[in-house]
Amino acid sequence: MSVLSTNNLQLNIANKQVCNELNLEFNRGEVWGILGCNGVGKTTLLHTLCGLRDEYSGDIFIKNKNIIQIKRKLIARMIGIQLQHSEDPFPTTVLETVLTGRHPYISNWQWEDEDDLQKAINALGVVDLEDLSERPINQLSGGERQRVSLATLITQDPDIFLLDEPNSHLDLSHQINLLTHFTNYIKQNKRLLVMTLHDINLASRFCTHLLLLTGQGQFIAGQVEEVLNIDNLSNTYKYPIIEISDNDNSLYIPQ
Amino acid sequence: MSKSVSLLIFLLIISLASFLLAFSVGSISLSLEDILSTFFSDNVSIAHTIVWELRMPRAYIAFVTGSLLSLAGLIMQVLLRNPLADPYILGVSSGASVAALSAMALGLTGIWVSGGAFVGAFISILLVFGLSHRDGSWNPSRLLLTGVVIAAGWGAMINFILSISPDKPLRGMLFWLMGDINNISADPASILVLIIGIIITIGVARQLNILSRGDLQAAALGVSVKPLRISLFILASCLTAFAVIQAGSVGFVGLIVPHMLRLIIGSDHRILIPSSVLLGGSLLLISDTIARTIIAPQQLPVGVITAFIGVPFFLYLLNKNFDRNAIK
Repeated sequence: MSVLSTNNLQLNIANKQVCNELNLEFNRGEVWGILGCNGVGKTTLLHTLCGLRDEYSGDIFIKNKNIIQIKRKLIARMIGIQLQHSEDPFPTTVLETVLTGRHPYISNWQWEDEDDLQKAINALGVVDLEDLSERPINQLSGGERQRVSLATLITQDPDIFLLDEPNSHLDLSHQINLLTHFTNYIKQNKRLLVMTLHDINLASRFCTHLLLLTGQGQFIAGQVEEVLNIDNLSNTYKYPIIEISDNDNSLYIPQ
Repeated sequence: MSKSVSLLIFLLIISLASFLLAFSVGSISLSLEDILSTFFSDNVSIAHTIVWELRMPRAYIAFVTGSLLSLAGLIMQVLLRNPLADPYILGVSSGASVAALSAMALGLTGIWVSGGAFVGAFISILLVFGLSHRDGSWNPSRLLLTGVVIAAGWGAMINFILSISPDKPLRGMLFWLMGDINNISADPASILVLIIGIIITIGVARQLNILSRGDLQAAALGVSVKPLRISLFILASCLTAFAVIQAGSVGFVGLIVPHMLRLIIGSDHRILIPSSVLLGGSLLLISDTIARTIIAPQQLPVGVITAFIGVPFFLYLLNKNFDRNAIK
């Protein structure tokens, strides 16, 4: 049984088509990468998949239940998303922010308990921010904020992780360490990860499946080995891409 | 956590002290013993009459009004995601003022003024929300701009009414505009609205914490954003409307109280809500006590005092805040 699936999903932004008749099944243990040009609709697709956007036709199923029939709070227990932008107009600490990931599990009049706190502290450990837990969030750098939002998602601990450009603002070591952590966690715990990426080589290194949005509602989807080639990539980015190989490894770079 | 508890206890003590201060000062000053004796005797001494028939009703109105305004300000700041939002930002008080002043200009008093204010407040709310509604939702910045423009429109009507009004009611009208707690009997509904408001907001306090980080983030964490936003806007408007019909447009309380508490204890609304209610009430009560005694026997509108306290204090907080942000 697929944990997330789409049935004839059709998405538009303004008058531009993002995808047409998208029929996909996402299974537990898989790591999906969504690649495509700027403005092709990668973020819109992610938002739609977790029910943040209701202008679409077709159906989205989480664990075989149509997403429109599931309560917002229950969706948040099954599917979590790290957004590209976060707002924090009021002073809150890093720990308080990460603790909001427990919101879907706590009833209105209840406070977070020891267990919730421990989950948040563990998540801060994963993203290397345990020393900054009492720091006001508006004093953090862009990369540190990005790690706070990843920690919030780890604290939320859903079945389906959606990441919107998880490596933006991150330094090299955190890019690799965090993606390694996420992909290992997904495979060990039989969860699903879907992320948008701009780096083909990170995608080929970490993903098991790819969805290439090539524009005008067209797409190419499948296992990495089937889909990842210079023709598809050049078609996706409308720019010639070349492949450099040695034995097992391939690198894809723009010509 | 322990910091929050001690802050709440401290604010409770401040609240009690502000009531005692309001009971004791005035044309006849009463000592603490005089006041305390009236609690335990039902004899009709002068002290008893002064405390329970003169000063208590007024203190009660001041406290409730201050609490209503701070709670409304706190909610508005989250909804508009702007720490400088105040309860009047969407034009609620100016709409109320137009209706109340029209009633006063026609020589009407009492229920006509407060009832008119209530109707005016709600016409204003409907106007702002109706005009800024687009594609099934309310965008904070469109709401804000619509509110500001509508308030400017009401402002023009206020000036028009003031200029054509006869001299006799003019002084009362000016006092009303500045915010004044004089000669008004307590509205029993306002305390009810306040209590309902406190219960609802504490119930959704954690959702407020998340909502302040953006609608999308809140929805992603399981908050039903649209119904929550609409009910909170209605609630904040009701709180403001009830404050305005009791005391006109008292400025600054709804702006500085929540803002100041955020600087002290952060942004957890589970603590911010009760502490705003207590601090807002005490601040307005203390201001009103000053307003009625500082140039006695003449009385000042309380809005003058809150502005005198509020403006420099707010500038101080703002500068301090800029300094702190500059460090990063």
